[in-house]
Amino acid sequence: MLVDDSYMDKMDRKIINMLQGDFPIDDHPYQIIAKKLKIKEEELIQRLEILLENRTLTRFGPMYDIQKLGGSFSLCAIRVPSERFEEVTEVVNSFSEVAHNYERDHEFNMWYVLATESLAQIDKTNQAIEKKIGLKVYNMPKIQEFFVGLHFQA
Amino acid sequence: MDDLDRKIITATQSGLPLVKEPYQAIAQQLDIAPDLLKQRMRVMLEEGKIRRIGAVPNHYKLGYTANAMSVWNVPDEMIKELGQQLGALSFVSHCYERPRFLPEWPYNLFAMLHGKSKDEVAEKVQEVATLLGEHCAGYELLYSKQILKKTGLRLKELSPK
Repeated sequence: MLVDDSYMDKMDRKIINMLQGDFPIDDHPYQIIAKKLKIKEEELIQRLEILLENRTLTRFGPMYDIQKLGGSFSLCAIRVPSERFEEVTEVVNSFSEVAHNYERDHEFNMWYVLATESLAQIDKTNQAIEKKIGLKVYNMPKIQEFFVGLHFQA
Repeated sequence: MDDLDRKIITATQSGLPLVKEPYQAIAQQLDIAPDLLKQRMRVMLEEGKIRRIGAVPNHYKLGYTANAMSVWNVPDEMIKELGQQLGALSFVSHCYERPRFLPEWPYNLFAMLHGKSKDEVAEKVQEVATLLGEHCAGYELLYSKQILKKTGLRLKELSPK
């Protein structure tokens, strides 16, 4: 895939690199950041609007750790026979607890993330999925987290 | 987390308003004092309930089109040390220990790798393999073929009591 990045200028890149964390909790947070970038507050806000609109940014705001808020999530995998892939996808996706689901290039070809409000619901949901599809679900909740973050250079 | 925190979370989890005084705007929406909102958010940030406040770039748009889940089989007793080393690499976005399922799934260390091409990711895999050295008993790379569902992780609003 060719990447057309002509729509982003140097200032956009500076904004993206600078704003991947530490946005202030202050009455005039945009003003604080704009000063550091030596641009006007209005310009910063307008550039952020455009970056969100053209999907260069997917989100702007606080990133919550759902687990610390009392919720649970888990990464789960299934080895789906290729001839059953579509049918199994439909069943798995029909559960509202399934937040993401990816097909991956491997014998373990279906990887989904469950997000629920309690640990018990993770097991319950996986049992319900297993029962419906007749395939083993490999529940792989994180045991330890070493790093979560993004430091993409724009 | 009490009801007020929950209200703050549901009001801000999809983003901060792009207005000069974004916290005032949210406080007004929730009908609370701006100082209370800011104080609650500062506490949640300190407690790690808010990981960070900022922009989430769409890594595909920034040219990071090759994204692979790398999985590694390392000794359990060394996983903390090795996991921290992997997590510190600039091209790793998530790094976790997860359970093995022997014999079919021997991998216990997961790291998401991002690059601008599959060749670049392959180079990075080599870098990780070198770093782990003799402690690595095997690894695999799982590229995503298709997004089947992506609704995001969202806390539901409180149901009316």
